Amino acid sequence: MSEDRTRGIVSSIDRRRATVRWPLRLTQGVLLLATVVVGLGPILWTLKGALSPTQDLLREPLRLWPSSVQWENLATAWTDLRVGHYLLNTVVLVAGSWLVQIVVAATGAYALSVLRPRFGTLVYGAVLATLFVPGTVSLVGLYLTVLDLSLTDQPWAVWLPAGAHAFNVLIMKQFFDGLPRELFQAAQVDGAGPIRLFWQIVMPMSRPILAVVSLLVVMDAWKEFLWPMVAISDADAQPLAVALPRLAETAEQNTVIAGMLVAIVPPLLLFLVFQRHIVRGISFTGLKG
Amino acid sequence: MTALDGSATRGRLRPADGPAARPGAAGGPARRRRPRHLAGWLFLLPMVAIFGCFGWWPIVRSLVLSFQTTNLVDPPEWVGLRNFATLLADPLLWTTVGNTVWFVLLALVFGFPLPILLAVVMSELRRLGGLFRVLVYLPVAVPPVVAVLMWKWFYDPDYGLFNQALGLIGLGPYPWLQDTATAMPSLVLEATWAAAGSTVLIYLAALTSVPAELYEAAEIDGASILRRVWHVTLPQLRGVLLIMLLLQIIGTFRVFTEPFVLTDGGPEDSTVTILLLIYRYAFINGDYGAAAALGVLLALALGVISAVYLRLTRNWSRT
Repeated sequence: MSEDRTRGIVSSIDRRRATVRWPLRLTQGVLLLATVVVGLGPILWTLKGALSPTQDLLREPLRLWPSSVQWENLATAWTDLRVGHYLLNTVVLVAGSWLVQIVVAATGAYALSVLRPRFGTLVYGAVLATLFVPGTVSLVGLYLTVLDLSLTDQPWAVWLPAGAHAFNVLIMKQFFDGLPRELFQAAQVDGAGPIRLFWQIVMPMSRPILAVVSLLVVMDAWKEFLWPMVAISDADAQPLAVALPRLAETAEQNTVIAGMLVAIVPPLLLFLVFQRHIVRGISFTGLKG
Repeated sequence: MTALDGSATRGRLRPADGPAARPGAAGGPARRRRPRHLAGWLFLLPMVAIFGCFGWWPIVRSLVLSFQTTNLVDPPEWVGLRNFATLLADPLLWTTVGNTVWFVLLALVFGFPLPILLAVVMSELRRLGGLFRVLVYLPVAVPPVVAVLMWKWFYDPDYGLFNQALGLIGLGPYPWLQDTATAMPSLVLEATWAAAGSTVLIYLAALTSVPAELYEAAEIDGASILRRVWHVTLPQLRGVLLIMLLLQIIGTFRVFTEPFVLTDGGPEDSTVTILLLIYRYAFINGDYGAAAALGVLLALALGVISAVYLRLTRNWSRT
């Protein structure tokens, strides 16, 4: 943002010319308007819809402000639609998926990068190979596997498969590869075994990468839809994302929208609070698909 | 080898390796190499177990299953290529393939240039950069199911925002999801809205690595701003653009949530996609063999597409 930062496409000489300055300002204004309407608009619509009488949605969809603000919609959704219950299911699924993914990625990447056991590269190759097999293609195989292990309708059916996420291993390993080797050697000379090295040296140094991976993992787990729907058929154990389309078909529409609002708020807050980490994570992971 | 290695030395290792779990104890320098292998495999264990059960095995299982039939109760029965024959005889298969390719193409047309344009423009704005990034990323933070349910409201022919807003300037009403011609483009519009933000952030990061000297040189040579974008920025982003294009193709081939929640494949099967068909085969009809076979075919198709793509662009992406 400061003037002395490296220049971009438009130079500071360009910026002084009126033929450049005004179009740039105009673009900025148009872009601001467009991104507010397109990016923020739908979220504000959800907020409005959640607090409006259903009549508003049907009679005057373009109303900017509810004809009467009904905070009780949220309470109705929470108790009658059991949105609170489904939200808790989501939180449990996301938390477990996060834990499994972090443990698998951290220990696996540590072994591959620092301990380097024999055949480690072979294992790493096999892990990376799963990146190239579209996950949804093995959907049926995964379902039958989970069925064989009698995990269906249990949170384990979502937690454990979440761990088979090669991407986390890849970024963690790249981070560990960048840590100074001398430090590990020094620790070993001081008598630290592999477990202490992991717990007291590598983990504390990896806080930034752990934060980035955790955020991406939690945001992704919160978005999951197809797999939780397939793996958990018991309506009572479903996460909010799976329950909402079902509720939308029968329940009072403004309370459904209140439920949608409840599903949006946690990932949105997470993003707004940690946006710097998330932006960094997305940009340096690059190929996040 | 390593397993033997480990078991042969285990007795001797225990004293050194076990206490190492407690702070303050360790083996002598001479023993260090072997414990490292054993410990290495212990640390690999969670990953190998999880990937084995839920990564590699399901792939093998799907492959095997595509030549079998199962009712989940009796042991599976080998049927050779019958699942593939069932698929090819299903008139819906070709509709589905056509629909999916149509979705992928439309998603490229709408969704590939837009993030590039946004990123290039945003990178040149001196003020409000952070605000723009947040605004552009907001749709990505919305869970896909919620996004789709929102858009269902927006697309509603009677009460929808779009028809109401367009009605103000005398356009419409449009059928959006209710017409075979407009249903798929409507899905693509939603999907583009939902996905563009994260791509913009990736491009913004890539743009910062374009050397300023190139722009300076271009400017000295008298290149206008648009020519600088065309001759400097885009060629410099070539690598990341090529990867994002491939990832987008692979990603959009697997579209599911949009057709499943917005249209359930309709109207008149115009939005049934491959993954939706896999889902129906497996979890509606209970024909797991055919579902697995279709999954394998999709994987093969994507593999071929990726290989051809990487081969075609190999020379282009270098230097």
